[in-house]
Amino acid sequence: MTPLTREGIAARLAQDISDGWHVNLGIGMPEQVANYLPEGRDILLHSENGILGMGPTPPEGQEDETLVNAGKKPITMLPGASIFDHALSFGLVRGGHLQLCVLGAYQVAENGDIANWSREDNDPIASVGGAMDLAVGAQRIWVTMQHNDKSGAPRILEHCTYPLTGVGCVKRIYTDLAVIDVTPEGFLVTEIIDGMTPKELQDRSGARLRFADGVGKLLDQTRAA
Amino acid sequence: MLDRRCDSVEKALEGIKDGSRIMVSGFGEAGRPNMLIKGLIDSGVKDIELVSNNAGAGYEGLAMLFRHKMVRKLYCSFPRGSMGAEVKKWVEEGGLEIEVMPQGTLAERIRAAGCGIPAFYTPTAYGTKLAEGKETRMFDGVGHVLETALKADVALVKAYKADRWGNLTYLNLARNFAPLMAMAATTSIVEADEIVELGALEPNIIVTPGICVDRLVTSRRIAENEWGTAA
Repeated sequence: MTPLTREGIAARLAQDISDGWHVNLGIGMPEQVANYLPEGRDILLHSENGILGMGPTPPEGQEDETLVNAGKKPITMLPGASIFDHALSFGLVRGGHLQLCVLGAYQVAENGDIANWSREDNDPIASVGGAMDLAVGAQRIWVTMQHNDKSGAPRILEHCTYPLTGVGCVKRIYTDLAVIDVTPEGFLVTEIIDGMTPKELQDRSGARLRFADGVGKLLDQTRAA
Repeated sequence: MLDRRCDSVEKALEGIKDGSRIMVSGFGEAGRPNMLIKGLIDSGVKDIELVSNNAGAGYEGLAMLFRHKMVRKLYCSFPRGSMGAEVKKWVEEGGLEIEVMPQGTLAERIRAAGCGIPAFYTPTAYGTKLAEGKETRMFDGVGHVLETALKADVALVKAYKADRWGNLTYLNLARNFAPLMAMAATTSIVEADEIVELGALEPNIIVTPGICVDRLVTSRRIAENEWGTAA
């Protein structure tokens, strides 16, 4: 039984992105999805600071201070890229134009609530960035995260305990152990890593899981990509 | 003759009062008007209300406004960063107030101010603690939060090419907040990489029309050792 690495989670999610989608990848683990996009699909990456058609990291020495992503890291522009101001960029987000946004999370609740921006109520420099706009705006929110936090506590819960980023917006979760849809009836496991039983997964989760008929094996796709 | 060019940074920044609300363009270092920021530091203006997505980093540019204790309040979406621990300390000591809001709400509040819209409803932040105490309303079964326009006395903006009327273009992702801020301030002050002859900018590529710009200077890169030292 081998849990997926962070790269493995990103690579698995990447397989589910359709040809022609416009996608925003959140800072952190979601950014790595860009490294595993399937060949032969036109997938346009959006960055909230005003670009569609974001390309990969430039070779060392070819960085340009006017070409950075939401995490302020150097990027390139693909042929066909477009540039726009911040209001238009968030208009694209709130207006429901992006087919997908991938966010990291501290916690997800069974009704789709997400907490991903702050872990204390009185943090004087709590920083939200674009997370709340993305959470309400994209056509679907998928989350990448470790199934449990460093202390082993579950992050898949009946109710989030950290301050919310968005209400009822998460549609699917990719963890190191499973792929889980968020449905009106709660969590539905569709894939699980080889060798882990439903009971073991349930024991590591903080809300009731249901299991799809013929739950699939969650595979490491990092080499396939 | 309409000519918005100024001979010097000092002239471009003339008349900025203590307590002014000042917008500064840029996202990280992309599109940051560092020459005007340096000029603002040299002017010694105090008690600024700063509107900027971030607080800056290191010992240059925007960060130096904080290190010189010139900022009383910051409107932003992301104060955390490499200077986060210091920003936190300044808030806890009581010298700095921060109003954090979602980045899209920040952008739209600035846009609204420039476009004569006093307030708007947005679905962003509904049901979260950033909406606490704000008016809410349901539209088509979805909760929305009432947000108000955010205007300023002064905007400091970085552009790519400009002409003497103040028509502006931007380069790549240095555009970000600049066109919004140029419209939202009583006095918009621009540093441009290059000021070209009137008519040299093809009308179809102008992003900010000169009507939004009050003063214009040619940009100069500020070297690391020009920023001096501060807390």
